[in-house]
Amino acid sequence: MTRLIVGPFNRVEGDLEVALDIRDGRVARAEVNAPLYRGFERMLEGRDPRDALVITPRICGICSISQSAAAARALAAAMGLNPTPAGAEMAALIHAAENAADHLTHFHLFFMPDFARPAYAGRPWHARAVARFTAIDGSAQRTAIAARAELLHVMGLLAGKWPHTLAIQPGGVTRTPGLREKARLATTLRAFRRYLETTLFGAPVEEFVALSSPAALIGWGKGDAGLFLEIADDLALGDLGRGGGRYLSFGAYPLVEGPVFAAGVWEGGVLSPLDPAAILEDTSHAWMTGPAAHPFAGETQPDETMAAPGYSWCKAPRLAGRPAEVGALARMVVDGHPLALALALAGGGVLARVAARLLELARTQIEMERLVAGIEPAAHFMAQGRSPRAGRGAGLVEAARGALGHWLRIENGRIAGYQIIAPTTWNFSPRDAAGQPGPLEAALEGLAVEGEVPLAVQHVVRSFDPCMVCTVH
Amino acid sequence: MTTLLWLQAAGCGGCTMSLLCAESPGALEMLEDAGIRLLWHPALSVETGAEARALLEDLAAGRRSLDILCVEGAIARGPAGTGRFQMLSGTGRSMMDWVLRLASRARHVVAVGSCAAFGGVTAAGGNPSDAVGLQYDGALSGGLFPADWRSRAGDPVINVAGCPTHPGWVTETLVLLAAGERVALDGFARPRFFADHLVHHGCPKNEFYEYKASARTLSEIGCMMENLGCIGTQAVGDCNIRPWNGEGSCTRGGYPCINCTAPGFEDPTHAFVETQKLAGIPVGLPTDMPKAWFMALASLSKAATPDRIGKNAHADRIVVPPTLRRPR
Repeated sequence: MTRLIVGPFNRVEGDLEVALDIRDGRVARAEVNAPLYRGFERMLEGRDPRDALVITPRICGICSISQSAAAARALAAAMGLNPTPAGAEMAALIHAAENAADHLTHFHLFFMPDFARPAYAGRPWHARAVARFTAIDGSAQRTAIAARAELLHVMGLLAGKWPHTLAIQPGGVTRTPGLREKARLATTLRAFRRYLETTLFGAPVEEFVALSSPAALIGWGKGDAGLFLEIADDLALGDLGRGGGRYLSFGAYPLVEGPVFAAGVWEGGVLSPLDPAAILEDTSHAWMTGPAAHPFAGETQPDETMAAPGYSWCKAPRLAGRPAEVGALARMVVDGHPLALALALAGGGVLARVAARLLELARTQIEMERLVAGIEPAAHFMAQGRSPRAGRGAGLVEAARGALGHWLRIENGRIAGYQIIAPTTWNFSPRDAAGQPGPLEAALEGLAVEGEVPLAVQHVVRSFDPCMVCTVH
Repeated sequence: MTTLLWLQAAGCGGCTMSLLCAESPGALEMLEDAGIRLLWHPALSVETGAEARALLEDLAAGRRSLDILCVEGAIARGPAGTGRFQMLSGTGRSMMDWVLRLASRARHVVAVGSCAAFGGVTAAGGNPSDAVGLQYDGALSGGLFPADWRSRAGDPVINVAGCPTHPGWVTETLVLLAAGERVALDGFARPRFFADHLVHHGCPKNEFYEYKASARTLSEIGCMMENLGCIGTQAVGDCNIRPWNGEGSCTRGGYPCINCTAPGFEDPTHAFVETQKLAGIPVGLPTDMPKAWFMALASLSKAATPDRIGKNAHADRIVVPPTLRRPR
């Protein structure tokens, strides 16, 4: 048995180290380490509850709005306040724009460059992958960055700036859009649709959304998505890095009529309602002390000796005692999209995760357009409230990478406890007290590997789109 | 050709995310056009694991030359001064150790963002990871490097502060360094090209400010200095002169400036969105404004507030338009 340490594991957001025990050319055991500790939950203790809206977005520069949205929802719950319907719609639009930008960033900057590596020379698609997806220089990378920057004009208009805005508040949003903003937002989204349809999908986004079978997906054949699917077919990425098959979504973009993408838990074809009370964070293999606890009762006490069996700063969240995979695939499966369901039933590997992200990107474009078309400038976009002397609240949202929860306790008008479970905390969790590996660890086990930079490991790890800075808040 | 290495220390990665929002041209084109070659960036480069380690070792040993080292994020010195709160994965060494080794090889060292400059949000609330900036510990000179440390080119660490940084602040600093220009720095080593401005300059709420026509709650469009914690009259930055993400800024977004380019902004003595007052008077005065004059002018201008401005200040949109003046 040999041990291979893969790090610095880049083209993920933040710091990641993967340790692989290899026997007979296959991964016998994987340990995922988040090697950075900052202690955000501790920073929040004793502060004015509203400060969470400034501090928590700064956990992560790529999921900043998701953290804002979760903090605003947790505060709103503690205040007994609901955002105005129009305010919730603008918060959803701001959040959707970040998630769409993140999916684009992941596909082009983080995931696809590995297919331009010389190791794949000789494959029928390699020359095209080099031209389009080479890190920093690829033509698809450059156009994606430009399209992303233009999409994020949504932030300039509604959120002041990105990342790190205070625009999303418990009662809605701080800026009231007028007709001028409505027209401008529509213009920005039309430009983004043009990019998606001429470059990424090579066809109307509605056509991609209408796909329902993995065979039709693989045969897509258009745009950069088509090139990825051709590669995925050739390299059998559908069979690589299969997941545990248990998917969790908190529900994305809560509006008055319910979330845009549904909440729930899906396993083996069965959908069940979400029970947040069944969430527990285990610390047995984290460099953390303290018992396993629900986040309303949990604490963050780092073990500065970094003693074994701990091997990560990340705790291990479990739902009813078992791990769950979160992310775009989970969202699309829980929401019941036929393509996502078929991909999950086929094993939910690298192809499924990346394809679900593309599917969600196409669906998000349509939802963003709907939200902009629905702007009524006469509406009120923010309700007012006060934070209580004592209370608690949870903010459960969906970041690009999956379920994100904030659990807030207020005593004497100050923050008494603040616990955060980020998407990658679920996906890249270490083992729990029962020895159950986290979803990535499980997906890596059995993988055939060769060389110092095994490409299969690269593809599997990045297919989850990890955000390590959120993980180790 | 100017070589550039970018490291992400203890921070959120948001300054890179912001940098990628650069437009006309985009960030990568702008660096390319300035003759800057990105040797490695954790979010962008293909090299990973052993490939990246080999490159970092070559640079640290001086086998490859390094013109500019950009560090994003604070330096976590804990626990107990070991730096083990942030290990550069796969290397068995702390990020603190890597930055010390690499900085000694670089012609210029740029701290990108307020974390790398001063500690920033990573050092907030009791500073759980014992984080500091590269050459400042909050407002105190001397961080990871002592106050008298100089790069091979003879400069202190250049603090492109901000949370996040505006993409233009970063690209223009790098373009100037690549062109061999000396970047003029202010008293906190921030480039003067953006730090000589105040966030107040160009703020669309200036007319409200002139009359102290103040918003009482977020979503009202009046000036946010009196009640809502806005310190744009004291904060450095050209945020309202050049826009963010097309046409934004914090105050344009309807929320206060929290002075994110300044050391210690992360721990104000009050809630971020509430102005600290003494006997009903805001404690913080606009930069360079004598207190007595401020008080006199504020009470006078408040009394003189036109009806339009007073009504609009308390609404969530303009409800009273300017009176028309017809040409004679």
